[in-house]
Order: sequence, then C-alpha cells, then structure tokens
Amino acid sequence: MKILLKNAHLIDPVLDSVKLGYLIVCDDKISKLCYGKVIEDEKFFDRVIDCSEKYLAPGIIDVGVKICEPGERHKESFRTASLAAASGGVTSIITRPDTIPAIDTPEKLEFVIKRADTVSPINIYPMAALTRDRAGSEMTELGLLRDAGAIGFTDCDQVMANNKVLTRCLTYAASLDMLVQGHPQDITLSAGASATSGKFASLKGLPSVNAIAETIGVQRDLAIVELTGVKYHFDQLSTARALDPLKRAKRDGLDVTAGASIHHLTLNEMDIGDYRTFFKIKPPLRAEDDRLAMIEAVADGTIDIISSMHTPQDEESKRLPFEEAASGAVGLETILPASLKLYHNNSISLPKLFRALSLNPAKRFNLNRGTLEPNKKADLVLFDADAPFVLNRFNLNSKSKNTPYDESLMQGKVIKTFVNGQEVYGESINE
Amino acid sequence: MVFCDRHLLGIEQLKQVEILEILDCAEKYVNLNRETKKNSNILSGLTQINMFFENSTRTQASFELAGKRLGADVMNMTMQASSIKKGETLIDTALTLNAMNPDLIVVRHPQSGAVKLLAEKVNCSVINAGDGLHEHPTQALLDALTIRRTKGRLQSLSVAICGDIAHSRVARSNLLLLNKLGNRIRLIGPRTLMPSGVSELGAEVFEDMYLGLNDVDVVMMLRLQNERMDGSFVPSRREYYHRWGLNSEKLSCAKKDVIVMHPGPMNRGVEIDGTLADDINHSVIQDQVEIGVAVRMGVMELLARNVSRQFLKGG
Repeated sequence: MKILLKNAHLIDPVLDSVKLGYLIVCDDKISKLCYGKVIEDEKFFDRVIDCSEKYLAPGIIDVGVKICEPGERHKESFRTASLAAASGGVTSIITRPDTIPAIDTPEKLEFVIKRADTVSPINIYPMAALTRDRAGSEMTELGLLRDAGAIGFTDCDQVMANNKVLTRCLTYAASLDMLVQGHPQDITLSAGASATSGKFASLKGLPSVNAIAETIGVQRDLAIVELTGVKYHFDQLSTARALDPLKRAKRDGLDVTAGASIHHLTLNEMDIGDYRTFFKIKPPLRAEDDRLAMIEAVADGTIDIISSMHTPQDEESKRLPFEEAASGAVGLETILPASLKLYHNNSISLPKLFRALSLNPAKRFNLNRGTLEPNKKADLVLFDADAPFVLNRFNLNSKSKNTPYDESLMQGKVIKTFVNGQEVYGESINE
Repeated sequence: MVFCDRHLLGIEQLKQVEILEILDCAEKYVNLNRETKKNSNILSGLTQINMFFENSTRTQASFELAGKRLGADVMNMTMQASSIKKGETLIDTALTLNAMNPDLIVVRHPQSGAVKLLAEKVNCSVINAGDGLHEHPTQALLDALTIRRTKGRLQSLSVAICGDIAHSRVARSNLLLLNKLGNRIRLIGPRTLMPSGVSELGAEVFEDMYLGLNDVDVVMMLRLQNERMDGSFVPSRREYYHRWGLNSEKLSCAKKDVIVMHPGPMNRGVEIDGTLADDINHSVIQDQVEIGVAVRMGVMELLARNVSRQFLKGG
C-alpha cells in the first residue's frame, strides 16, 4: 500500500521547521519526504490525500497513560483508550503500571500486552512496576519483566521513601540498561495535600504542599541517579525551582530527562475555582509563575517531554469534597488542542511542540518513531491547527469524562491519524 | 619452615611461599585421611577449643575431626547459647578461656575483625574460621589445594567466582590467595551484590555469566542466602537462577575441562543446577569437603610447630 499525502504543512521537529510539501507512506513506513510541489506520478499510488495545507506531524507519543485494565475497566479499557488516542492524534501510548493489581510480574505484563494486541490499533508500550505492589520495599523481577516486554520501570506516583531500596533498584535497573521513571516529591511534605501552598490554598482552606517538596524530590533522586548511573526520567515537573537542579544535572552529563503534563502547562491553581474536582491532579496545579517557567523550559528544551498523564476517574470518585476526591484528569483526546494553546499564544513553535510530544519520547524510549524521516514507522497526525470548538466532555471517547477543559473554547482538530501506515481515525478530506 | 606466625587470621598476611608450605603440609593428610587408621599424635596433649559465634555444621565438624585425628583434646563451644547471652563481652570471654590454657582456638564470628581482636587477648594460637564479611582463610586454602590436585597447577589459571560477592568472606579470601599465586580472577554477579571498588583489588568484574565464564578453568559458585533473594538485592529466586544460576548451558562457555566448586551448603536450583552439582566430570564439590579436613590438619600442625618454637625461644 502506497499513500501520498500531498499539499501538507510538514512539521519537522528534527530540523525545527514547518514547510509545505508532501510525504509518501509505503506499507508501514515513511518512504519519502519532499518539500514543494509533487513531482511523482499520482497514478502509482493506492491512495492520494490532499491535505489542503493542513499540518502533518509525527504522531504523538504519550508517556504515562493510565489504562485501567486490569482492575477498573469501568473507568477505561484498552479499546476506549485507543479510540480516545486515535481521535486525539496519539499514535503510541506508554502505559503506567498503577493498575489494580499493579503490573509487577511478567505474568501480569503478559496480560497487558495480550489485551493491547487484541483490541488496540495503536502502539502500546507498557512500563512495569519497580517494586512489588509499588510498595517501595521489594524490587520486582526487572530482568524477567524486561524480557517480557517492559519498556521501563516506575512506581508512578508512589515515591520510594527508603533510599537504600531505591539505590538497589536503580543499580539493578542500570545493570540492565533500563529506564526508570520517577515522581519527584518529598512525601512527608506532600502527605494529605490537595493544592499548592499559597494565597489560593489559604483562601480556600485547602491542605497544601509547598512547591519546595518537588525540589527536594528532584535533588534526592538526582543524587542517587549520579551514584548508580541509571537512565532516569522525571514523569512530571511542575515548579520553577525544580528546574535548576535538573539543568545542572543535564549539564553534568547525567542521563536524565523530565516531562511536564499538559495540564500544568495550560492551567494554574486559580482554575480550581470553587473546589472543582476535575482540576484536582497530582502534583497539584501550581502558581502562574510556575506555569510560565514550565512553558519556557519546554521551549528551551530543559523539559523534554509533554504528556497528558491521562488518569481516568469515574464520576463517583470526583463527586466528592475536594480533599476527598480522586486526583487525575483524562487527556488523550485533549493533549493536542491543549498544546496548541501554547502555539496560538506564541509561547512555543509547532516544531518545538512536536519535539516534546513526539520526537523526544521516541528517543527516550528507543522507539523507531517520532519524526517524519524516511524509514521511520508511519505514525502520523494530520490536523487543522485553527479549527475552533467548544469541548463537551460527554463527546469524549474515553469511558471517564474527567477533563478540566470541559466547556472551554479550544482550537485544533485532528483530521486523520495513521499508525504504522494504517488510518486509525479519519474525518473526510479531499481524496 | 617459612610459615612462622602464631595465628592464621587471614590470607592477606600470607606470602606466596607460606601458602605453598601450608598446602604441601596438608597434602600428606589427604592421603592419611584415606587410610583406615587415620590418626596421628602430632597434637597429642594439646587442647583445641572451637568457638563458633555463628551457626556452622560443616566447618565446625571439619575442624573437630582435624583436631581429633591429630590427637588433640577438642572442645566445642556453641557461643550463641552461652556467655554472650548473659552479656559478657568478647574480650572477657577470651580472657576467661585463656585462663584455661588452651593451645589452639578456632573462632568463627559474625563481625569482621572480631577474630583478630580475640587473638590479641590470648596466649595461644587462633585460627580464623570466618569473621563477618572479611576472611575465611582455611576455605581459600582448601579450595586452592583442590584446584592444584585437579588441575595440576595453581598459577596462570582463569578462575571465576560467581554470585553474592558482596557478602562473601570466601570470595575475599579466594581472591587474595589466587591473586598472590598469579591467577586471573573474574568476579561475576549482579551489580547489587558486587562490593564497591572491587575491581581495584585485582579482579575483572562481569555481570553476564556467559561473558564472564568464557574460557575459564575454574568456576566457584557462592551461596546466595534466602533473605537476599526477596527483592532486596535481587528480585527473586527465579530471576537469579535465570541470570546467574550455573547450568550446563552457561558452563559450556568455559573450558572443556572446567571444574565447578562450591563452599557449601548449596541451594540447588538457585545458584547451581542440581544435576550439574553432582556431575563427576566437572563438580569437585565433594572433594573440597574431603580436602578441607586435610588442610585444617596441615594448618594445625604448622601452628603447633610455631607455638612450641616460640615457647622454646621465649623460655
């Protein structure tokens, strides 16, 4: 199968450019990328798509998605998460192991891989737990999990308190040359908090955590990363002060990267307003200064990856007093339009956005994807960056509808999504 | 007569010639032990006390047998059950025993350096039967003699020591001894069980058994204790066996005439495949036990000689 996607604005995160041109997909791979007018004979193609000068970019690779199988399929399943991803321009998902039970044995991992293979048209790469039950005391079978297909290890938002155990786990992971993802936080400071310390939390009377808890977490983790030489990724940073130690570590040559959630880049603590629980996430939404610092960090490359931290919660777990309500928000379908907010307000260019959405996650997790270069897998998203719409959460494909963007005006609609050269989501366009 | 120390506390203090003298002396007891009448009267009239502050079956039995075959009066003291429970310090225990005029004390203690401390407080000879993570010299000597008897030489061999290096006094003593005699040592094990800075002690470090065992002449397996397999140092028993357990597939990377050793007690199916442990073509694990008695007899003979010499000199 040969597909010609012509007349598209090609977003190239490697060359940091956006140019009009065309792209040829041959079976599951990109075979050619050219700028300018089409010089090929269209009759040699099985399919010719006129992109009408819309944007064509490498598909989004979303790191840290929670699919609630096993355990809470009523919140999200592999099928619904894939539908949500495909319609949101997400072509690869890196899943979190914080299911019930946690993915902490090769047998459980096998279940995840089998389920993903059976029902999902998009790429699913599972991470496995670093410790049993994510309890922070006993290392999981990292070697056997790697052999069974784990792409990395993480205990998700469970921060390991015991530095001895953490050091041994990271040492063992380093010996396997495997990536570990951590959640930087000082858990003694953050215990019980549901907002960030400051005027807002004080006014609303919410238990809060000082932003410094994240800095302490980052510094602790970096010290052990330096000791063990492990490849390490911070799942999400959200505060300005945590960026300095990260910059220093990168400058010193540690193999460390960091992510930010799209929610922390587009929302701040004030959005919580009158105790709106859809805005309760972990770590909590921060001050506006922090948000601006994070955007700058994405633009200058200090923050490597933007992810949705897709965390489905059913209505009941959110329809509770703010402190009691579950944390997390869905994000697979909104990560693109929400990221485009940063483009529309001139904070970040499109190629730099896709560097954080596609290129860097692919690099970090060793996936042969994430760019428009020939020979890469043809994971593509064609989108109209300007199309406006008002988000109605009940139109989401995710089983859970807990999005903070409900009823907000957004810009940017996915027209088509391709995974391995196959169209997995499509609205009609000139063919 | 080159070995003239009063104690045997470790391999670290021994010179190459001293090691060889001990091995030569032990060699004759290997033959004696195969006779029907195994006794000699070299230690006749001397008193040997075995003080084990840590559980041991085989080492204690080996020392007891060695002493008895040489004609000594042997007394075993199981220290967990006695005075330390009542709060006596190690030094007081040593002084008390010393007052009973023993000639030879064999000590095992869970703390590194404790045997040396005890040796400083008594007038007799002390043999270190294992102190903490530090040394187990008679084990290294018996391993050396086993290698020499099977391989015909004790230099220019490539020896792999595999498993829980970090918690092994056997590994430390063997590393020291085999290095002094000019062999190449490889340490193989998970990074979490490799002591820091160990490569500076004259060993090549490997994590992969297949790479580490390539072309070696001798494989020494170490015991992995149960509590270390539970996700603390290594994830699980099955992952450990999968990656570091010795089986015939991994062993096929070594030389054809490779020998397999284990200080015991073995965990079959954890660090070593059960069938392989019994394979008479490679395994010398039973020989190690036999030679162990002879080596301890040799050590005792030399120490007894040194004590009487010093006594004469001093007198």
